[in-house]
Amino acid sequence: MFEILGVPAQALFGQLLLGLINGSFYAILSLGLAVIFGLLNIINFSHGAQYMMGAFVAWMCLNYLGINYWAALLLAPLVVGATGIAIERLLLKRIAHFDHLYGLLLTFGLALIIQGVFRNQYGSSGLPYQIPPELRGGQNLGFMFLPYYRGWVVVASLAVCLATWFLIEKTKLGAYLRAATENPTLTQAFGINVPLLVTLTYGFGVALAGFAGVLAAPIYSVNPNMGADLIIVVFAVVVIGGMGSILGAIITGFSLGLIEGLTKVFYPEASATVIFIIMVLVLLVRPAGLFGRAA
Amino acid sequence: MLTEAARVSAQTAAPLLQVRGLEAWYGESHVLHGIDLDVASGEVVTLLGRNGAGKTTTLKSIMGVIGKRKGSVVLEGTETIGLPSRAIARLGIGYVPEERGIYSSLSVEENLMLPPRVRPGGLSLEQIFTLFPNIKERLRSQGTKLSGGEQQMLAIGRILRTGAHFLLLDEPTEGLAPVIIDQIGATIRKLKQDGYTIILVEQNFRFAATVADRHYVVEQGKVIDMIPNDQLDANIDKLHGYLGV
Repeated sequence: MFEILGVPAQALFGQLLLGLINGSFYAILSLGLAVIFGLLNIINFSHGAQYMMGAFVAWMCLNYLGINYWAALLLAPLVVGATGIAIERLLLKRIAHFDHLYGLLLTFGLALIIQGVFRNQYGSSGLPYQIPPELRGGQNLGFMFLPYYRGWVVVASLAVCLATWFLIEKTKLGAYLRAATENPTLTQAFGINVPLLVTLTYGFGVALAGFAGVLAAPIYSVNPNMGADLIIVVFAVVVIGGMGSILGAIITGFSLGLIEGLTKVFYPEASATVIFIIMVLVLLVRPAGLFGRAA
Repeated sequence: MLTEAARVSAQTAAPLLQVRGLEAWYGESHVLHGIDLDVASGEVVTLLGRNGAGKTTTLKSIMGVIGKRKGSVVLEGTETIGLPSRAIARLGIGYVPEERGIYSSLSVEENLMLPPRVRPGGLSLEQIFTLFPNIKERLRSQGTKLSGGEQQMLAIGRILRTGAHFLLLDEPTEGLAPVIIDQIGATIRKLKQDGYTIILVEQNFRFAATVADRHYVVEQGKVIDMIPNDQLDANIDKLHGYLGV
């Protein structure tokens, strides 16, 4: 076994992979937050709860309906997205004209309610979700052991992030979205249905969280608190990347996952705080975030 | 194309746009206090007046892009006062705002293609490039990287694509070089020839006189006078008084 900088390669690459996996979740979740914030100007505090819902919907699909992982990977985001659409139409729409703070408080309250309901129903010890049979096992790459499922999580996240980027930056629908984000009043005056775009965007952002939840179900146990633990870090990621930047959210998400992994190898004591330290430094130097445009 | 006779008969028929008692507010402040005006099909009408008189607000209120408005705005027989701006746009109005409204997060091409078609008979891209050749060279650029004149042409070009035949142009010549102003003037005259109906907000009434049929004078949120373009010379002193020049 060879060593790199005094660390066994196996340990280094193992932590890098773990970092990349965490980074995948950071990227998908912060991407959803960025898309939602861009158009709705809402800091979606229920994003973690919606990620947790994705995992639970997958678990319910399997245990109540016998629907397997692959179908749940499509179905759960649709279900979570649909609840998001209902939330936008029934609640968020009514506070759209108020300060950010109202949206933040409302979605924070929603998160507590959603988590409370699931905790009440399923307890907080966590439910197991098996890795789908196609992705069990792994491959020894020589320098490290790669479990297939973890590799899949990284590839699937990257694919979904890039597809989202393409949708927003390169398509006609994305042009509508960018226009409505930049100048909703004028975009509406061209005959474009901005309120519908807003609803669909919230549904889409939340569906991304649901998708991440399904990906996470076989790795972490399905637990009502799984999102609450993650979302604080994800908000730090969003602050570092800059609110409202699509590519920024993706790059920052993966990079910070890797940095966290590296910290675990070289200075484990700081691994839980390194992201917040970076956040403080970025806020001091570039308050709009690394990829953010100053308002 | 409308002949002179057709234009006269259009003016005596029901107007394309009829505004009565239009009031508007920015938040708490009451800006329009009862605007009355008519625009016939095929006419070019200007709104003249000092800064802050309510010209821009009148256009915004017709388009429905203002906080609160009251009164009556009838477009081709449809009362639009209760409609959202997206529905008003779908009735065939194209809006060029004062700040031009070019999106920086969109390329020139995306800006041009953004507004959906609202009526058949919009200009093709080739026709738009014939009117504004500069745009064609810059399709890949970021929208706001264009010069002020090019941005104005893009703002006009993109609504000509939609088939809207009723245009609201808010100070299209503001801050532009004389040669560009001439080009925009020529474009407006050509559009008028092709039967477009236009409301133009202008500070520069010398420019307005070269393109318009009639001038409404707006002061303190009301229309206080209407001067046909062919009687402009006879009323020049009065107009100077209104505009404070």
